[in-house]
Amino acid sequence: MNKQEWLNEKYPQQEERSQRFSTISDMEIEPVYTPDDLNGSNLEGIGYPGEYPYTRGVYPSMYRGRYWTMRQFAGFGTPEDTNKRFKLLLSEGQTGLSTAFDMPVLMGYDADHARSLGEVGREGVSVSTIKDMERLFQDIPLDKVSTSMTVNCTASVLLAMYIAVADKQGIPRSQISGTIQNDMLKEYIAQKEWICPPEPAVRIVTDMIEFCAKEVPRWHAVSISGYHIREAGSTAVQELAFTLADGIGYVQAGVERGLDVDEFAPRLSFFFDIHNDFFEEIAKLRAARRMWAKIMKERFGAKNPRSLLLRTHCQTAGVSLTAQQPVNNVVRVAIQALAGVLGGTQSLHTNSMDETLALPTEESVTVALRTQQIIAEESGVTNFVDPLGGSWAIEALTDRMEKDAFAYIDRIDELGGIIRAINIGFPQKEIADAAYRYQQQLDAKEKEIVGVNSHVVEEERPLEILKIDPEVERSQIALVKQVKQERDRAAAEEQLGRVHAAARNGQNLMPVLIDAVKAHCTVGEISDVYREVFGVYQDPAWL
Amino acid sequence: MSEEKILRILVAKAGLDGHDRGAKIIARALRDAGFEVIYTGLHQTPEMIAEAAVQEDVDAVGLSILSGAHMTLFPAIMGALKERGADDVAVFGGGIVPEDDIPGLTQVGVKKVFTPGASTQEIVDWIWANVEPRSGL
Repeated sequence: MNKQEWLNEKYPQQEERSQRFSTISDMEIEPVYTPDDLNGSNLEGIGYPGEYPYTRGVYPSMYRGRYWTMRQFAGFGTPEDTNKRFKLLLSEGQTGLSTAFDMPVLMGYDADHARSLGEVGREGVSVSTIKDMERLFQDIPLDKVSTSMTVNCTASVLLAMYIAVADKQGIPRSQISGTIQNDMLKEYIAQKEWICPPEPAVRIVTDMIEFCAKEVPRWHAVSISGYHIREAGSTAVQELAFTLADGIGYVQAGVERGLDVDEFAPRLSFFFDIHNDFFEEIAKLRAARRMWAKIMKERFGAKNPRSLLLRTHCQTAGVSLTAQQPVNNVVRVAIQALAGVLGGTQSLHTNSMDETLALPTEESVTVALRTQQIIAEESGVTNFVDPLGGSWAIEALTDRMEKDAFAYIDRIDELGGIIRAINIGFPQKEIADAAYRYQQQLDAKEKEIVGVNSHVVEEERPLEILKIDPEVERSQIALVKQVKQERDRAAAEEQLGRVHAAARNGQNLMPVLIDAVKAHCTVGEISDVYREVFGVYQDPAWL
Repeated sequence: MSEEKILRILVAKAGLDGHDRGAKIIARALRDAGFEVIYTGLHQTPEMIAEAAVQEDVDAVGLSILSGAHMTLFPAIMGALKERGADDVAVFGGGIVPEDDIPGLTQVGVKKVFTPGASTQEIVDWIWANVEPRSGL
């Protein structure tokens, strides 16, 4: 009996509980997968872990060598508040730092700007000057930890500050390691924190890629991010496609700058969302690795095997968490984290149960970290490399997501590349359509969320939530004013002038930015230079 | 209230956060429900929102804030509407707003705060039940 005969004769003998089975991304699922579903890609072609095309993992030994980096994203209040949280996480066994900045940093305003009112230290840590950055990393040896910083349109300024702090601590630039998100293309597509239009934004990103390749070799100058694309409501295939299309955009920009692809590609890193749909997410990561390896090899002619590796951080899906019955979120996060691990991630953040209510408390952050430790140390899954490889369902899903995502990338190429596609709103509209379709499915209960549209209960025990003291804003405003008052004004003005000149004449911005932040030029002042030289991007407000 | 008047609603994103998934879904759902919808786009100041409400002559403003700045921005928007003599515009909102903060927002005149998980139909129903067309000048 072949699959079709079984489907026609045997399968209909029993009833199904639904008329249609689909993933959370609305990808239709067949009742069973067989070798017949692996059209073309025979199982031998999938290869071995650590071998091209890396479907089964970027390293041969994966978690038998070492576990992924457990990296909990943290940041709120004053630099001292976040410094304290960092130290707690390090003492609890976390292996890397990850910094969340507040909205004013993410949009290029100082704490004392009128637009920052009410936002200072709320959604991340407040940093306006190098003094704040020094307080943030007080007593943390920058040559011993790897630090991730989630910031984009002002990434150049924050990286300059981090390097300047290391310089002041006497740590060679070659010794600091970490990642700065710095993925501006996905800002226009999804997260929408920006200063200037896409073209100059990509120029600044390219400056950073070039500078890091030469000066800060252990730094990942960009983390090409699907997370925000997915959180904005995309499907898994859209997340895969738009993220890799952004990656192509940066590699193209680097090549056009005259850089050798093998000089910078090994330091490109990725960041994906891990949503609820278990097998879809595992297949997504497997497809991502294979696609990137093919893109780098075939499209860009990369020779260095390390240029072909899609190494990624993952975060469980914030958007999947519910304010209703919030303790249930622990379970969602555990399932998502397991998918990330079975998908072969290099680094993971697990969300906290209370994140739909406020920033997480210490207790809930600890549970989230423990979730990763339980998967690593108790579940036994880490003894296997790609244990789902060869599963007909997983391989068929992997093939299909690759095919569908490449179709999107072809479409973007036809439109003239990712910047052109962004400028006409193509990815933005695709995502908004998918988000709306999913909401309609929820409202019609075609998709279910426990506690929201199924198993709803009236009574709920409210969780303790983290409150940000309004004093944070007052003290941060006072501090930035004080720095502006006390610094050598002429030196700061001279440095800002040099940033202005470099922005205009196309010289790499990073060296002048490092000098500028050392002279206490602020995030807001440097962003103002960008606004003046490059112009301000306005939200096209497409519905 | 006259049955013919189509309610005009401004969907607004206040403050610095760029999370527009919710705002766009609400805007589309309200449009599909038959309202006239104007969407401000991101990163609006309270003054820009109040000005848009007046210029567009809307009956209600729906605010979306996910940055935690709601206790600053909602009152500022209420103030900016009042300054423009538009405090009869019904203001409702949603986003990441903890339960404890809702009474404070109601006190400054916000008519309704929807919490995460609200369906688009709930919001549409609330508007039908609670928003009146403003009497023209």
